[in-house]
Amino acid sequence: MMRPGVKPRVAFFDFASCEGCQLQVVNLEESVIDLIDIVNVVSFREAMKEHSDDYDIAFVEGSIMRPMDEERLKNIRNRAKILVALGACACIGGINTLRNRYSVEHVKKVVYGDADMDGNPFFDVFHTKAVGDVVDVDYYVHGCPINRDELAKVVTSLALGKKPEIPNYPVCVECKKKGNVCIFERGGFCLGPVTRAGCGAICPTNGSGCEGCRGLVDNPNTDSELEVLEKYGLRLEDALGKFDIFCYRYKGEISK
Amino acid sequence: MSNKIEIKIEHVTRVEGHGNIVLNAEDGAVKQVQWQVSEAPRFFEAMMVGRDYSELTHIASRICGICSISHGLVSLKATERAMGVEISDQTLYLRKLAHHAEHLQSHVLHVGYLVAPDLFGVGSVFPLVGTHKDTVVKIIKLHRLANEMSDLFCGRTTHPITLTVGGFTKIPTEKELVSLRQRLEDAVETTKEVAGVVLAGVDKLPDFTRETEYIAISSDEEYAMYDGVITSTDAGRLNNDAYQDITNEFVVPYSTAKHARHKRDSYMVGALARFNLNSEKLSPLARQVADMFGLRPLNYNPYMNSVAQLVEVAHCLEDSIAKVDALLDTGLKDERPDFKVNPGRGVGVIEAPRGLLIHDYTIDENGKCIKANCVIPTNQNHRNIQKDMEVLAPLLISQDKDKKEIELTLEMLVRAYDPCISCSTHYLKVDFE
Repeated sequence: MMRPGVKPRVAFFDFASCEGCQLQVVNLEESVIDLIDIVNVVSFREAMKEHSDDYDIAFVEGSIMRPMDEERLKNIRNRAKILVALGACACIGGINTLRNRYSVEHVKKVVYGDADMDGNPFFDVFHTKAVGDVVDVDYYVHGCPINRDELAKVVTSLALGKKPEIPNYPVCVECKKKGNVCIFERGGFCLGPVTRAGCGAICPTNGSGCEGCRGLVDNPNTDSELEVLEKYGLRLEDALGKFDIFCYRYKGEISK
Repeated sequence: MSNKIEIKIEHVTRVEGHGNIVLNAEDGAVKQVQWQVSEAPRFFEAMMVGRDYSELTHIASRICGICSISHGLVSLKATERAMGVEISDQTLYLRKLAHHAEHLQSHVLHVGYLVAPDLFGVGSVFPLVGTHKDTVVKIIKLHRLANEMSDLFCGRTTHPITLTVGGFTKIPTEKELVSLRQRLEDAVETTKEVAGVVLAGVDKLPDFTRETEYIAISSDEEYAMYDGVITSTDAGRLNNDAYQDITNEFVVPYSTAKHARHKRDSYMVGALARFNLNSEKLSPLARQVADMFGLRPLNYNPYMNSVAQLVEVAHCLEDSIAKVDALLDTGLKDERPDFKVNPGRGVGVIEAPRGLLIHDYTIDENGKCIKANCVIPTNQNHRNIQKDMEVLAPLLISQDKDKKEIELTLEMLVRAYDPCISCSTHYLKVDFE
């Protein structure tokens, strides 16, 4: 897969996002110095001027909003041996899917008014897509933002030619390990029972319910979420509304 | 033979988001110079409509990865004003500390990682790890402190968790505050050392001035960052609630981000604007740093924005120590947010690291947001960048600078503004000039 004995060439790219996930690379602080010992960063527009189109691993942040973005993404996919989706916007569409509640025509009308935008590619927007809706994705680093320790692990695994492991159990598992008082018990609402772990239950630990930014586990136990809702006298309709923020793409499936 | 210069820098590096610089000149005359923003628009206001008041701060923080705390805080200010929610002094101080943490993080990131490579003549901070490891380690130390301070007050570095309407979902312990205080004290010396390194390279910043209007909040109490009244170097104190008469946003076809103008054809917001309006309220160490660089108001060199950021790093450190002391003096109390949902409209105003930031929400009797408007610092700066380029490009050509030097000087200009482009393309109302 990788050239033996040669540091893999790594590139970072971003689409519609806040660039907060790439910022977590910088936020690794001193560990960045260790990481550049094992990988060769050849493109990272947010932090460096140099750029090369010859790379092994592409990290892609952000959602795909326009045909021009799709073209750019396909080009990146063609060049990269491994493509990693970085963060909720790339993995599941994330916060950008909040506008998918409305039709594209409605959003365009609200935003552009009656102005004639035909033929201007900058403004040619469709419903928000995740990276995996457009090209094949090899690995996912979930979260809004990503957990930087998890990113460091993924980079290290890939540099060593190993397959990174991403948790497939719910946030509740990590939350219980921390000994937190359940958010439902405190009168709040939480998507922890169905959301993929790996964040260390950071929101419940800080007194705030999980909003599902890491997406759902592969086989979410919706029965248990329903039981929890019933136990605490919460309405299914309100619970489903919480899926809009990051998990809009799962809403159809989950509401069954 | 005609002497043509054609420059197209697609996706300027070491800035947040996607922007292009286009310059075409022939026989010494500039035919076209443009600062273009090509970032995909993200429609945040449309996304906030219909959401519960309690979710707005978390949605708003996602506008920007670098200034998520300012967006989170100003969102709370707008929500609380709309619903008539009062906050305690303890909450106010904790929020100001969270805000300082972000200014420290953002300014150190910009000056240390994004601007410094230009002062050393390299393409990124990575080669400096080999040649100037000691300096890089000092910068990382300050950056780490700022981020750990965000962790302490917000639960996380990017996209705050604990900030909530009426207060906090979790606050630090007094022991944690004492330990933070020590680290802030230790960082004073590191800051002076980093300032010394920047000073040694400051002659690399172009000596370019263009008179413009500067806008920032100001206050009689302190160097205004969290609370204050919108103030202009041309027009004095203005009315926060009438912000739309100040920002006057409009759209140009080469940019997915709006432009803004007030008294002149453009204005500037950010650290230099704050310095130009409020420098007399800076802390002693911050004044010392400003003196090192000979920075005095009114300074009309946009490249000095990075120096003004360094001055603010010193200010935030010292003011944070004072605020921690004030909290420790009174002791921390376990407060629970207590309020009722009331309908109304609220305008929140704050200084984000990149400048004046405004959120304006209308909330209905069920606590749902029915209207939202956000005015972003970088939107207000785009036109000033464009106007600077219109003066700077002919100047560089008249000085017979080669293409490479022109490119670098224009790129450094964009970088000096520390633009946050994904922020600025959050929303667009087309109203072509």
